[in-house]
Amino acid sequence: MNLLLGALTIGLILSLLALGIYISYRVFEIADITADGSLTLGASICAVLIVREVNPLLATLAGFAGGLAAGAVTGILQAKFRINALLSGILVMTGLYSVNLHVMGKSNVPLLSGTSFTSWAERLGHSWFGQPEVDVLGWLVSARDLVTLLGALAIVVAVGLGLYWFFRTELGTAMRAAGDNPQMIRALGVNVERYRIMGLALANGLVALSGALLAQNQGFADAQMGIGMVVWGLASVIIGDSLTGSRRPGLAIYGAVAGSVLFRLLVAIALRWGLNPNDLKLVTALFVFAALVLPQLLQRRARSAAAAGPRS
Amino acid sequence: MLSVRNVCKTFNPGTVNEVRALRGVSVDLPAGAFLVILGGNGSGKSTLLNAVAGCFRLDEGEIHLGAHNVTRWPEHRRASLVGRVFQNPFTGSAPNMSVAENLALAARRGLPRRLGWAIPRRLLAELRDRVRELEMGLEDRLGNAIGSLSGGQRQALTLLMATWRRPDLLLLDEHTAALDPKSADQVLRVTEAIIKRHKLTTLMVTHSMSQAVNLGDRIVMMHKGNVAYRFAGADKQRLSVEDLLGRFEDLRRRELLDETAAALLEQTYV
Repeated sequence: MNLLLGALTIGLILSLLALGIYISYRVFEIADITADGSLTLGASICAVLIVREVNPLLATLAGFAGGLAAGAVTGILQAKFRINALLSGILVMTGLYSVNLHVMGKSNVPLLSGTSFTSWAERLGHSWFGQPEVDVLGWLVSARDLVTLLGALAIVVAVGLGLYWFFRTELGTAMRAAGDNPQMIRALGVNVERYRIMGLALANGLVALSGALLAQNQGFADAQMGIGMVVWGLASVIIGDSLTGSRRPGLAIYGAVAGSVLFRLLVAIALRWGLNPNDLKLVTALFVFAALVLPQLLQRRARSAAAAGPRS
Repeated sequence: MLSVRNVCKTFNPGTVNEVRALRGVSVDLPAGAFLVILGGNGSGKSTLLNAVAGCFRLDEGEIHLGAHNVTRWPEHRRASLVGRVFQNPFTGSAPNMSVAENLALAARRGLPRRLGWAIPRRLLAELRDRVRELEMGLEDRLGNAIGSLSGGQRQALTLLMATWRRPDLLLLDEHTAALDPKSADQVLRVTEAIIKRHKLTTLMVTHSMSQAVNLGDRIVMMHKGNVAYRFAGADKQRLSVEDLLGRFEDLRRRELLDETAAALLEQTYV
């Protein structure tokens, strides 16, 4: 049960990463690798501020703001300097590695001192349940972990609803159109480049927010923690697509969150069954590869079957 | 209203792919006029329309729209004055967004886009009414992705989008060329009705002689990046498809003569 609780919590926290990747990959059709750096940026800013006794809410928001800035830089490289989308992401991600080390001052910042969301969860759990462990459906689980899960759920629901609302506003629909058909929306008076910068900023802000929460949940920020995260986000978004079968924003947002949670649960089960943690990134990459290639293969097979049909 | 003055544009200058697309073109269009630009492939007619829309920077010349010198305005800024329908029916709308969302985006053309609802209830009612006026039965499909509609339906909706807020200038870029004849007729009927109702100043590019004869109140025939002939007023009214074909043949013959002369000169002197 504790394993399930932990997997659900991390799945929810990483669903913010998935929502960020949804914006860059589905709305703007860019596999934005800046995410690998901005996740760590959010984590490191938040961790450093928490260690310095800053309120965890402010520290988390500061992490989010760091991601906004990183995404804006990638957007500016693409829009103003006409640098290829993938290369812009690679440049910013590489630069962020040094930035993150400077922010933290070393490669790893443990959250041993200072107040984080986790300490708030511990305090809340204690005052709600009056004991460190709670009975859930017959299993004893840590009150702190339960409150952390509920807190993560509340944050994800709030962000998801906020994003859903945003994509139905004048600004948000124009942003979606800037990804869907730039030529058309330019003819309707939208500065596509500016919207792309805003979109990538928002995407990386969410990724950094996810990093800030992840650092607090695991109790440390690490310079390596972002490696492969964009692939993780892509996997979640792709699972979400197949869960909901829709790219309309409402269902797609729900799909990205559900995809992230489901993917984390699958990973937890695989690890439990003996998957070597070292193989995790390889397995994730292979999963995304299969998810991208399989539909094409199936389509090709269906087409060749249809072509062969009349002859037989 | 629209004044194009001595506009020049060369693509890929200094390379083997150099194309002198516009060679000092001037066109004036008073408010409420409907100009048809006619020409063969490579005559520069679409480039002229793109120059007015602001798709690229001019090498020389100026473009004025109403009281504004828009020569240096980027495309998205000119869009506050210009409505545009593209040749490809898939270019004018966002395929994965609904019909209502596409129209709502057009309803804010040239206006700031803020955090208000994109489709407030009162706009939805107006959307339904104005889509009903197209008489294509699309008023019940406002929630469908626009990409699921046919080319003709999308082009009619694009026309509605381009004119939702009355543009100072409407640009039509061979907007029926990619449609089947029945859809093309339907879209042309809608086009005429909308232009008439809103008294729009219109610039339409076409390679169809019959469209040029039947639509608009003036014609500019382009050839090799220049204006070859202009017809307006009574001249335009008297014009038949045969007349236009004759002029077109003249241009072709002159071009062939030029080429023959060039070949002769080359044989003699080179």
